[in-house]
Amino acid sequence: MFYREAGQFKTSYEADQALFPIRQDKIGLGIILLVAFVVIPLTANDFFLASVMIPFLVFSLAAIGLNVLTGFCGQLSLGTGAFMGVGAYAAYKLTTIFPDVNVIFLVLVSGFFSAAIGAIFGLPSLRIKGLYLAVTTLAAQFFLEWCFIRIGWLYNYNASGAIEIPTREMFGVIISGAEATPLARYFVVLTITVLIAFLIANVLRGRIGRSWMMIRDMDIAAELMGIRPLQTKLMAFAVSSYVCGVAGAMMVFFWLNAAEPSSYSITLSFQILFMVILGGLGSVGGAFMGAAFIWILPIVLRAIPNMLDVDIGAETVEHLAFMVVGALIIFFLIVEPHGFARLWQIAKQKLRVWPFPY
Amino acid sequence: MNAIVTKESLPEPRPASERELLLRVDNVSLSFGGVKAITDISFDIRKGEVRAIIGPNGAGKTSMLNVINGFYHPQEGTITWRGEVRRKMRPYEAASQGIARTFQNVALFKGMTTLDNIMSGRSLKMSRNFFWQLLWRGPAEREEIEHRRKVEEIIDFLEIQAIRKTPVGRLPYGLQKRVELGRALAMEPELLLLDEPMAGMNLEEKEDMSRFILDVNSEFGTTIALIEHDMGVVMDLSDRVVVLDYGKKIADGTPEEVQANQAVIDAYLGVSH
Amino acid sequence: MLYDIFVDPFVQMYQMPDFFLQVLWEGFVAGILYALIALGFVLIFKASGVFNFAQGIMVVFAGLTLVGLHENGVPAYLALILTIGVMAVLAYGIERIVMRPLVNQPDIILLMATIGLTYFLIGFGELIFGGEPKRMITEELGLPTGSTAFEFGERGLVILQHIDIAAAVIAILMVGALAVFFNKTRIGRALRAVADDHQAALSVGISLNQIWAIVWFAAGLVALATGIMWGARSDVSFALEIIAFKALPVLILGGFTSIPGAIIGGLIIGFGEKIAELYWGGLVGGGIESWFAYIIALIFLLFRPQGLFGEKIIERV
Repeated sequence: MFYREAGQFKTSYEADQALFPIRQDKIGLGIILLVAFVVIPLTANDFFLASVMIPFLVFSLAAIGLNVLTGFCGQLSLGTGAFMGVGAYAAYKLTTIFPDVNVIFLVLVSGFFSAAIGAIFGLPSLRIKGLYLAVTTLAAQFFLEWCFIRIGWLYNYNASGAIEIPTREMFGVIISGAEATPLARYFVVLTITVLIAFLIANVLRGRIGRSWMMIRDMDIAAELMGIRPLQTKLMAFAVSSYVCGVAGAMMVFFWLNAAEPSSYSITLSFQILFMVILGGLGSVGGAFMGAAFIWILPIVLRAIPNMLDVDIGAETVEHLAFMVVGALIIFFLIVEPHGFARLWQIAKQKLRVWPFPY
Repeated sequence: MNAIVTKESLPEPRPASERELLLRVDNVSLSFGGVKAITDISFDIRKGEVRAIIGPNGAGKTSMLNVINGFYHPQEGTITWRGEVRRKMRPYEAASQGIARTFQNVALFKGMTTLDNIMSGRSLKMSRNFFWQLLWRGPAEREEIEHRRKVEEIIDFLEIQAIRKTPVGRLPYGLQKRVELGRALAMEPELLLLDEPMAGMNLEEKEDMSRFILDVNSEFGTTIALIEHDMGVVMDLSDRVVVLDYGKKIADGTPEEVQANQAVIDAYLGVSH
Repeated sequence: MLYDIFVDPFVQMYQMPDFFLQVLWEGFVAGILYALIALGFVLIFKASGVFNFAQGIMVVFAGLTLVGLHENGVPAYLALILTIGVMAVLAYGIERIVMRPLVNQPDIILLMATIGLTYFLIGFGELIFGGEPKRMITEELGLPTGSTAFEFGERGLVILQHIDIAAAVIAILMVGALAVFFNKTRIGRALRAVADDHQAALSVGISLNQIWAIVWFAAGLVALATGIMWGARSDVSFALEIIAFKALPVLILGGFTSIPGAIIGGLIIGFGEKIAELYWGGLVGGGIESWFAYIIALIFLLFRPQGLFGEKIIERV
């Protein structure tokens, strides 16, 4: 009824190539941004901001990063956690070395370190494909984790072996460290995530995004059409790792305050991979949906016994949450292997023709 | 644009064999392990002609195309491309110097739309770097639109406007073949290699495809090398024909000459030795 | 520095051959266990093209079930039989609920489904048996527990645990049985057909459902054996799950579909990482066991992408 593109005529290729060519989508995006930037900060309490929204945004960004590599370029990676860790440790070292530089700038710079590391571990992708490549990225995962544990310099030789985030200000507001308010952190995380998501969406619709998809869909044909496989894949590794690195740095700077090597373990890699698959391979919007599902669902599950006044131990709930998440993953894979993004498209398609489906 | 062009109506100043040389392969041999795919083949392709490569299954036709655009590297022989002699081509070189191709089993980018598939043919001609792409507004967008115009011309030429935004995986086979031709045309190639462009098509689709091939040849002046099993099509379309059998060249000449050649008749009908 | 890398380890090997032999033995045993895990992967990969990430958790799950049943007063042998029954039910359930609706999906989707399965089994296992490590009921199952020390040279000593010997013997027997099963029986041939192409196999009348239930059950049996052996060496705990990732480099070396490949790959990885850890690990602070296997696989892949026994891949267009 209200979701119609009838009467909206595109008169130029510019209009046809816009990110959201349909007017209702533009309005929808406007509403989402309005809610994110205005409504949530005004209404949400600290718990909601700190434990739901901030992690959700961090994971969304990481999922976008992995989506570039796996969803768009077709290279399976199980090392996302470690690449996020590189960003975190790089940002930590940078604040130690340059304590006066704006921390947001350092977080954004830290991504370049993980981009470089990601590109190095992407080198074998020229000769290795599919599951075999998963081994390269597993090597990255375990090797980098080992580095985080063994190389004392990375965590300033702390006795705890963890990195702890110092307090930093911007415009007189504390934005990182234990004293920062959830609201300030939320704004920082939201701004960075939205900005990077937008920039990546731009890359994906242009020549470079297309070259990644060419490699994904049919690498031989792409090569015979003049795409250089190594350059293209390495670029995907670098861009993906950059985004993951920034997400990893934000994870410790604006959410956890402190992180150990185990924060960036293979479990994290899998979590992000789930978000990408459930959200939909090759969809930026899907990354947000996947992150919401994987992060928010267990929180809801944990809250249910309290609401119902049922008395079961916290551990039992945790185990049940694991089971439910696992079962739901399988369920969604069976129902719609292309993820929430496809479900969303189907829903929109239905809405277009509603109420006369034939 | 859509006028049906027949061979007879084309101006033909010189016979094909006397035109300017575009590509020549000399004594090329290719083997995998112990299996000889191509043995000592030489032939040439001249500017502006339609060159057919025919032969029974397993004769080495597709391998020959793979050698020409650098996907396989021959063990022996040389390839002369526009006067430059080399041992082997590289896929990137071949593409950037104007060799495009279509594939026997459609090799489209299945997850992308028709439009994106044809746009992908423009990749080599687009140059805005990563940072412009990030911004989109400005140079990257202008470049995209400029190439979009070219792509829309091809879409008009191939009459596939209606499926512009359809993911190619959902298209019927005949249309996929057409999109694939469009993708190759988007590269504005000098030499177009077509690997069985009409395999699995019905008569009507074959007629359409033949018309497109002739139009491409006459309007854009593109040189075409094609592999095809339908002899009627081959004889009608091509200027010269090379015949392969068991990896060896057994005949080379105009369609009439090849048709009359005893070795060719033997290869196709079988002969008792 | 160069001396430490290139000379010193070899001098040590020469001067203390008993220690070197002990290291080799350790490597051998670790290798056998990796091979057993890899074997479970190979079985399922051969029959369905699915890379089963849940094999690791199946090992833990089988071990926990066995120990858990015994703790609740079930005699050891009966517990073993019941556990086999549980694995059969699990196999049937997985086939029915997970695999059947996912026929013909892309590899990555099937892979993700097995990771989902892993999550489910972790939650389920912890819910029933609790998260703490448990002691394997080695003696109760009649497995040897002692050790024999061999004198070696003048004052050298090499110690062999009996359980390790038993593990090696059982592994060899299982491999032999599986090889016969795959190559000589009708079901074995059907399995290979299914691995090649689901739809083609269906079209010649092979029952995918039956085949998959059988392989998952076979993989469950391998998991149980692995669980017992590994549990006897350390404890039965969820930490095992991470170790199961080591099967991946093993498979890279041996090839995803080769049973002998899994064994040889397992041994190479086992020897390689023990020797590297004990002779070179100290130079970089130790603990390199966690990633060394992957680096071996990586280097190997760069030079021989098709695996030890694979044929050269010719790409066609």
